[in-house]
This record gives sequence, structure tokens and C-alpha cells, in this order.
Amino acid sequence: MKTILVIAEHRRNELRPISLELITAAQDLRQGGDDKVVVAIIGNQAESYIPELSLQGVDEIVTVKDSTTEFDPDIYEATVKALIASTQASVVLLPHSIDSLGYAATLVDNSNYGFATDVFQVEYDGADLVATRAGYNQKVNVEVDFPNKDIVILTVRPGVYKPIEESATPVITHQQPTSVESRSKNIQFVELPSDGDVDITTSEFMMSIGRGIADEDNVEQFRELAEMLEATLGCSRPIADAGWLPKSRQVGQSGKVVGACKLYLAMGISGSIQHMAGMKHVPTIVAVNTDPNASIFTIAKYGIVGDIFEIEEELRDLLG
Amino acid sequence: MKILVAVKEVAALDEDFELRDDGRDVDEDFLLYDLNEWDDFSLEEAMRIKEESDSDVEVVVVSIGPDRIEDSLRKCLAKGADRAIRVWDDSMEGSDSITIGNVLAAVAKKEQPNMIFAGVQSSDEANASTGISLANKLGWPHAAVVAGLQYKANDSKAVISRELEGGLSQEVEIICPSVLTIQLGINTPRYASLRGIKQAAKVTIEELSASDLGLAEQEVGLSSAKSNVRRMYVPVKGMAEMIEGTPAEKAAKLIDIIKNFKGE
Repeated sequence: MKTILVIAEHRRNELRPISLELITAAQDLRQGGDDKVVVAIIGNQAESYIPELSLQGVDEIVTVKDSTTEFDPDIYEATVKALIASTQASVVLLPHSIDSLGYAATLVDNSNYGFATDVFQVEYDGADLVATRAGYNQKVNVEVDFPNKDIVILTVRPGVYKPIEESATPVITHQQPTSVESRSKNIQFVELPSDGDVDITTSEFMMSIGRGIADEDNVEQFRELAEMLEATLGCSRPIADAGWLPKSRQVGQSGKVVGACKLYLAMGISGSIQHMAGMKHVPTIVAVNTDPNASIFTIAKYGIVGDIFEIEEELRDLLG
Repeated sequence: MKILVAVKEVAALDEDFELRDDGRDVDEDFLLYDLNEWDDFSLEEAMRIKEESDSDVEVVVVSIGPDRIEDSLRKCLAKGADRAIRVWDDSMEGSDSITIGNVLAAVAKKEQPNMIFAGVQSSDEANASTGISLANKLGWPHAAVVAGLQYKANDSKAVISRELEGGLSQEVEIICPSVLTIQLGINTPRYASLRGIKQAAKVTIEELSASDLGLAEQEVGLSSAKSNVRRMYVPVKGMAEMIEGTPAEKAAKLIDIIKNFKGE
């Protein structure tokens, strides 16, 4: 028998969706009937998340009620290390999230630990735990295993596993918090200012531009094209970082998820995993890119290998 | 006052590429190397602190890798880094992100910087764990995905902005020295000047081996890796229907799709 430990994540009094996705991922690691899935939740409101986490497939929920309201890397490091010891976990699943990036690597200070990040598939091949992640800027997939490791720590990509809907009544236990001094402190959360700009999350038809537009001077012609098509203009990260379009137009993990979108036209966007996190759910994605290997084509419904400027010119001609 | 900036030369795939015979990596003939995009931003952040300070600030870049990575280090020198350190010997081949973090920590112990920056992740492997592994080995405070930094040379605290999901960010105060992993967009990286490029070509890049850093052979390289590559493969392409034809024909088909969506 073995224990699979899931570390749930919350922020500003809400459980983050990845917490439930990890519970689903954990089910893929069950082998024998006595394997256990234990979900841990840390923070001064830990108990309030019990109902949401009480899903089928969860054997036990451990709450660690400490003084923290929000994520803190030092406290999470000490607490998760204590949880690994107390649950005798063989596999630890963390979200591949901004919070986890702040401390996941600190858990691996023992040579008998296996470690892989941003994995999107986990399974056993006989006795071997196998995790799949991407390599070379998402162009290839890499299967890794963890020979001779006692404990394997994995961060799991958000948006891959579907939450389990059926609830259950897992055993609830409590663990004493670990006394550790934090070396950073939360000042405040800051929402992205909308600057009175359009709310891209409500748009049904988006046309987004990416690195392929090459120059700020080219933004205007695509803004015009979006207007002609009656599409909302969005962008990928490099365009917002360069200040060519406001951050509120950025689609992706650190920008917005375009929840209402039904048609998404990606112009010159190669399709980083962060960008795709904001739009891969859209039913009709059309991608135009010069690189036939661009990862955006792996999620698009229609693909055009070609120069976005040529396509733009032709579209204008057709629209008169 | 010294800032250490950890950088990486990343590999991108050529448009057409082949896997190695053992199927566990890409044949290196098909790899194109460049400085990791994130590292432009962390170097720039260090350069700004240097330029805004009244006292002397030394910016030292460090990278782990074979001879070829000198190109990337010279790029950093051309942008104004004062010194560059390259760490390598054959025993380091196959080191993973946790091990690289440990090697960088050994360099930091030698260099005694007051602040360390690393990129959030590398574009090729995207483990997003090297900087935090380094901090852990040093026992320093750390924060990941820093998209804003208020810090002056020699400050004992910094206020950082952590970029969270969904357009949210969090202001955090952190004790320094610390290790920060720097996110894209925190600044606008400069281009190297011609003069800078010429000067950088003359600088001697300092070289260190594992033994120079007091690291035993089993502490680096494949033997220290936290995972083992079973196989690498090209993912099956999605169900994308590729639209062929002249640009005009492609555009016409695109208009059809849009019209269909609008119910016209």
C-alpha cells in the first residue's frame, strides 16, 4: 500500500480549481485497493475547505490550521515536509502554479527524492511511476521515471484533469502547524486595472495577435482588421509586455481566460502553454502561423501555415 | 555590493529535427542555442539597480555549461555585466535543475553576493525550479515569478510584486539578501551597444570546475538527477484541419468560418 499526498491550494478565501484537478490525477496513481489519497490543506481557514475537498476518491483530508491566511513559501515548505513525514507519502502532487513555483524545489533536498514539474500525465507502468512533461518549448513530450527514489514530488499542470463531481465523506484529521519563521510577508493583492478598456472575458469572437506581428507599427492594421471582422482584439504576453496593447487584453494564465469565446483567431501566436491556458477551451480556434510546428496547431480546429500579413491583406480585400 | 545573475543558454529546435538513436533526446545537430529569454529581464533588473546606485554595484553573471555557452555570457557582458563565470566539467553533463541550483549555490558561497536573480524558467525545459533550488541550498529567502521589484543596492528588504494567475498580483515584502526568480515583462531589456559587444569580446570569462567548487562527482551530472528520461517523442498533432491554397484562398476560407460562426 502507498499514500498519494495532494497539496490543495487556496487564495483569498477560495479554493483554486487545480486543487480538485489534483484529486483526479491522484486516482490515476492508485494500484492496490489499500492505496490512499490524502489531501492536505494549510491555513487559518483550512477547515472551511473540507466540504469542497470531500470528493469521491479522497480517503483522508488533513487540515493544518496555522496562522497564515495566504500562501507563504517558508511556511508551506516546512508544513509540506512535515506532511510528507506524517503521511509517509510515496507520491506528492502539487499544483504547477505560481505559489508552488515558490517552494516546490525546496522539498527536494534529499537525494532519494524524485522530482518533475509541469507534468500533464501520471501513471504506473508496472512498478515504475511514469510522468509526462513537455520539452524544447512544448515541441516534444518527455516521459520520465524515477528509478530507486523513495518519494516522488510532482507539480501537475492546471487544466488537464477534470474534477470529480461525486462527493464522499473522507476521514478528517488535523495536524499541528510547524513553527517556522517566515521571511516574507503579504502586503496586498492588486487586481489588474481594466483602465476602462473592454472586458475580453465576455467576448464571443476574439482575434489575438502575438509575436508574429513583429513591430509596434503593425498593431494598428490588426486593430483595424479586428474592427472590420467585429472581433475583440486580444494578444499574447509579449505584446502586452512590450506595451503595444494594454495588459487587460492579454489572454493566458497571467492574463485573462476568455470564458465566453466561441471563435478565436490566433494571428502569429506560437502557443505557449501559458497562452493556451487562457483559450484552449474555445470550440473553434483558427491559427495562422508561419511555423508548421507551432504548438498552437495542436489545439486549433483550423490551421493556416502562412504569413499573417499576407492573410491580413487578403482578408481586407475580401471584406472590401 | 554585488548582484549575481544566473543565466542559461537554452536550446531551440530547428524547423525539421530528428531524435537521437536512443530516442531519449533530440539529435544535437538540430539544436539552435541562445540566451534564455527570461535572463534578459533578470540581467536588466540587476543593471538598473547598478545604474541607480550611488555606491559601487558589481553585476556578475554565472552559467553552467560547455564552451559554446560563452556566446551567451558575452551577450550579458556586452549589456554591461562586470564579470562572467562559466562552470563546467564533463562530470556535469546531464545535471538537472535541482543539481544546477546546487552548483549555483556553491558559486554564490564563493562570490558572496548581496542579491541573486534567476529567470522564472528556461524556455527549453521549463522546470521553473533552478532559482528556488539555489535559494534552498543557500538557506536564503526566496520568491518566484517576480514581475515588479522595489529595491535599492544594500537594502535589507525588498518589496516585490508576484505575478499570480488571472491578472492578479501580490505585493510582498521580503528580507534580503534573497533569491528572486524574475518574470518576463518586469522591465524592457536593453540591446547591447556595438561598443559593448567589442569590449565584451576582450573580457576573460572566468572558468570553474566542480572540484574548484568543492563538489564531488556524484553530486553533479546524471547520477544526481531526480528523474530519468525514458523516451522523448513528438506529440500527435491535434485534429487541426489545415487550410491549403494561395493566401487569397486561405483568407476566403477563413471568412467562411467567420460567417458561419456569425450565422450569416
